Amino acid sequence: MTNHWNDIANSDCILVMGGNPAENHPASFGHIMTAKDRGGTLIHVDPRFTRTSAKADIYAPLRSGTDIAFLGGMIKYIIDDIEKNPGNYNMTYITEYTTSPYLVNPGYKGPAELDGLFSGYAGGLNETDAAKRTYAKSTWAYVNDDAGIPKKDKTLKDPNCVFQLMKKQYARYTPEMVAKTCGTPQKTFLEVCRSFTATGKTGKAGNILYAMGTTQHTVGTQNIRAYAIIQLLLANIGIAGGGIQAMRGESNVQGSTDFGLLYNVLTSYLKQIVNTDTTLQKYMDRITPTTKDPNSANWWGNTPKYVVSLLKSWYGANATADNEFGFHYLPKPHTGKNYSHIALFEAMETGTIKGLTVWGQNPAVGGPNANQERKALEKLEWLVAADLWQTETANFWRRPGVDPASINTEVFLLPALNSYEKEGSVTNSGRWIQWRYKAGDGPGEAHDDLWMMDKIFKKVKELYTKEGGPGAEAITKMDWDYGDEHPDVHKVAKEINGYDLTTGKLMSSFASLKSDGTTSCGAWVYCGSYTEAGNQMARRDPTPDTYNIGLYPKWAYAWPLNRRIVYNRASVDLDGVPWDKEHPVIWWKDGKWTGDVADGGFPPINVDPKATRWPFIMTAEGHARLFGSGMAEGPFPEHYEPWESPVKNPLSKQQFNPAIKVWRAAEQGTVDKYPIIGCTYRVTEHWQAGQMTRNLSWLVEMQPEPFVEMSEELAEDKGVKNGSRVIVESARGSVNMVALVTKRLKPFLIDGKTVHEVGMVWHFGYIGLAAGDSANLLTPHVGDANTMIPEYKAFLVNVRKA
Amino acid sequence: MADKAILYDATRCTACRGCQAICKEWNENDEIIPTKQNGVKSENRGSNENPKDLAPNTWLKITFNELEHYGKVDWLFNRRACMHCTDAACVKVCPSGALYKDEAYGITGFNKDLCTGCGYCVEFCPFDVPRLEGSTILGKTKMSKCVLCTQPSLNRLDAGYEPACVKTCPTDALLFDDREKLIAIAKGKVAALQAKGFTNATFYGEKELGGLHVMYVLNDTPDKYGLPVDPKFPATATAWQDIIQPLGWAVGGLTILGLALNYIIAREAKMTKAIPGKKEKK
Repeated sequence: MTNHWNDIANSDCILVMGGNPAENHPASFGHIMTAKDRGGTLIHVDPRFTRTSAKADIYAPLRSGTDIAFLGGMIKYIIDDIEKNPGNYNMTYITEYTTSPYLVNPGYKGPAELDGLFSGYAGGLNETDAAKRTYAKSTWAYVNDDAGIPKKDKTLKDPNCVFQLMKKQYARYTPEMVAKTCGTPQKTFLEVCRSFTATGKTGKAGNILYAMGTTQHTVGTQNIRAYAIIQLLLANIGIAGGGIQAMRGESNVQGSTDFGLLYNVLTSYLKQIVNTDTTLQKYMDRITPTTKDPNSANWWGNTPKYVVSLLKSWYGANATADNEFGFHYLPKPHTGKNYSHIALFEAMETGTIKGLTVWGQNPAVGGPNANQERKALEKLEWLVAADLWQTETANFWRRPGVDPASINTEVFLLPALNSYEKEGSVTNSGRWIQWRYKAGDGPGEAHDDLWMMDKIFKKVKELYTKEGGPGAEAITKMDWDYGDEHPDVHKVAKEINGYDLTTGKLMSSFASLKSDGTTSCGAWVYCGSYTEAGNQMARRDPTPDTYNIGLYPKWAYAWPLNRRIVYNRASVDLDGVPWDKEHPVIWWKDGKWTGDVADGGFPPINVDPKATRWPFIMTAEGHARLFGSGMAEGPFPEHYEPWESPVKNPLSKQQFNPAIKVWRAAEQGTVDKYPIIGCTYRVTEHWQAGQMTRNLSWLVEMQPEPFVEMSEELAEDKGVKNGSRVIVESARGSVNMVALVTKRLKPFLIDGKTVHEVGMVWHFGYIGLAAGDSANLLTPHVGDANTMIPEYKAFLVNVRKA
Repeated sequence: MADKAILYDATRCTACRGCQAICKEWNENDEIIPTKQNGVKSENRGSNENPKDLAPNTWLKITFNELEHYGKVDWLFNRRACMHCTDAACVKVCPSGALYKDEAYGITGFNKDLCTGCGYCVEFCPFDVPRLEGSTILGKTKMSKCVLCTQPSLNRLDAGYEPACVKTCPTDALLFDDREKLIAIAKGKVAALQAKGFTNATFYGEKELGGLHVMYVLNDTPDKYGLPVDPKFPATATAWQDIIQPLGWAVGGLTILGLALNYIIAREAKMTKAIPGKKEKK
């Protein structure tokens, strides 16, 4: 989240898209209701009318997988309106804080000219050769002046400026086109545009809340880019009640991401080391952005300090300047190779991966194309599952329809403790790191994760020391000392915070980290969370902030540096005075910033033009990027149909994302067999893959079995009665579920044709008090072009009576 | 002491059903898990709503009702549990004194030990709330219903806490306070809803049955939420408690006759009660 949960209450208009906070983030709805109490508007855009829609002022249906068509339509509406009524927008913000005036290479061409593609594509339209489904990005670049600083046209009139290029691309996204593509009635779409765009006015705040309905698509990352463009044009980033909020689906998923859970990052979002980084210096040069603009803070320019401090944290005294701080101990993934969820299960199936540790996860229910993934587990020599309960994954070898005798995988189940049975920190969606104490003992031989990790590590280290092996030093040289019996969680937290190795004192801020090996830090954004003044995460002082906008700066600790609203330097004008004086985030007074911890702390632009730094300190430009040249499929989001879709792309001849990896071309369902759109989701009563909720009788009572929601129209077509059993099938598998026939789902009218969509819960499996088919038996092995997050939200199915 | 009450604002309720779960957990009511393990097949009947009805161990449930009103599709949620009427028919007809009006809070208290399982309360409740459990043949039948978290040893109100359902509500759809205070809040809410275009918005429970201790803010008329529009204190209940029962005590033989009469009257009353059926899905 750019902001945090409490801050939602400051919003004048909340757009919830690709999310269902009433059902999946129930506690968040208190804040949403407070915003409504204060006169705020709630908009919900979703294929289904959910419990969130029931509380919304405006509900707009849209066909799954057409978010960019919808958002592109909004961008067009805003750009047209900016030109017509610039007084309704914060033009200073748009021209001074974003890249809208930047000039782009004249060789750059967009989808308006290239029928859906961008310049630099190796293949042709709808290219099938995997090697050619990629872009050379040389034209996706700014034009620099002699000093190497990007040229700008602050009148926004130059045809090659970012603003004009956006205008050209989104001119095609008319309200008619939106209706034709998304199935959203034009009137409703325009109502959404009017309501949300009204927050472009200085002093108004519009907020976007999203979750997996946005990200779990082949264009998931671009969906979020589209949010960013809208929020920047409306000057909504950095302000109270504004921003873009990723509503995390688990209490500590933010924390796990911060600690390098994803294969392409180390802790605190340092880019992964790859095999072509032959020296530490080469690695740091590759990942450290540079700028020639003297007024750009380019915060990531500090990368070497964070990398070396991380290596010192890992390898302690074994990390010296002479051995490049232990850089060569580390295993290095192959450059360009994918190690995401789908890729891992594909590699398991081919036998490349021989062992698997599954920690608090249940891919046999939660993984896409779950039939394939369950089968892939059979190829493993061993599997370790750590969980609170028996899971489908730990019991894949005796799942329905298989003969356990034919499976040779050795399976271990490590009983784990839940979050109330251990001490430690949990980082919420709003980056608040909150310390928790142990409330009680767990059952039987259950242990906490830290205990298990410590024991496993020590045993593995012992074996590597005795027997050696490839990459042994990665383990044997590791600095690992958290105690003998039970590892001390405070020691771990302190190591994460980092030390000044000269004085032995805890660091108080990442601003003092060094690249010479004299500091250590396990995750630079957490630096400051556990200092000589004590455990900052355990603070529980509810004193309000200076301007009383709900920051509670003495409650727990928020990364980075206890900043509650990131990019807050954009919440003030060039003199440091808040755009919204009713909800000031920061304010330059008497030569210093007051309020929230200001981004970077540099003086305002007009106060000290020399010492100032542009407000978006995390980009090399110093300005917020409207033009995202790092993206795989284009610098601006363009609508492509999902990999499986019943609709021909109305916006261009390019059918689906031209840069995605197609794993299983043969498993692509066709419209003749599977004419209906399928979508998967969660409900309030169950949690993810169900380990924790399908064994709790109160919850099982409320949601005892999986169901598929469908419109009354589709039910009539198929002769399906409400409450009866139906079979839903895709090119990958089939499920048997209860039909929930509802007025809340309506068929979409797409270009004059009726298109049906059904929605299914995916929480269920074959183990536990409540059992049933997981909707993931239907979902495909295909993912986003940038992150490879699986497409769970739009695919093709058919429905028949069971 | 001022009467206490719950105010349920249906326009804030997201049907997360935290209240429904915590009600069972706090009050130690077993869940009806129609699981395969218990030999009964679990069931989704084509609705998010579950269990199907109030039961001896389900004192509170959230109902889901799909409809079209104000020109669009809507999904109305409602809280179904004892209304704690001021003029409580159940108290009037209870022959054993198990049901009583609690003087401290104004709610309808229940002493399970005194309950004889006669079932009159079940027959006379204008909201169809009390449920019987146990075996009639063995003579161990007992009634069961929400007591607003005042069960002995589990009494939250005496300990100074709000009822468990209120405590768990993330959106303040449930408030617990002095009844008079809540009436003022509710009137403000309904006026705001009407100003927003919900012309049929209703405050329910202020006057009904002498005043309910569970009151409602609704964005439409009560029937849309499955509530009786004009609930009445059944005249037969008065007849039973004030005339027939004393007479019965005096003339033993008449008691049996009275019982029979009551049974007939109650059956009649039940069949003519104007409670709309469950609206979710047929």
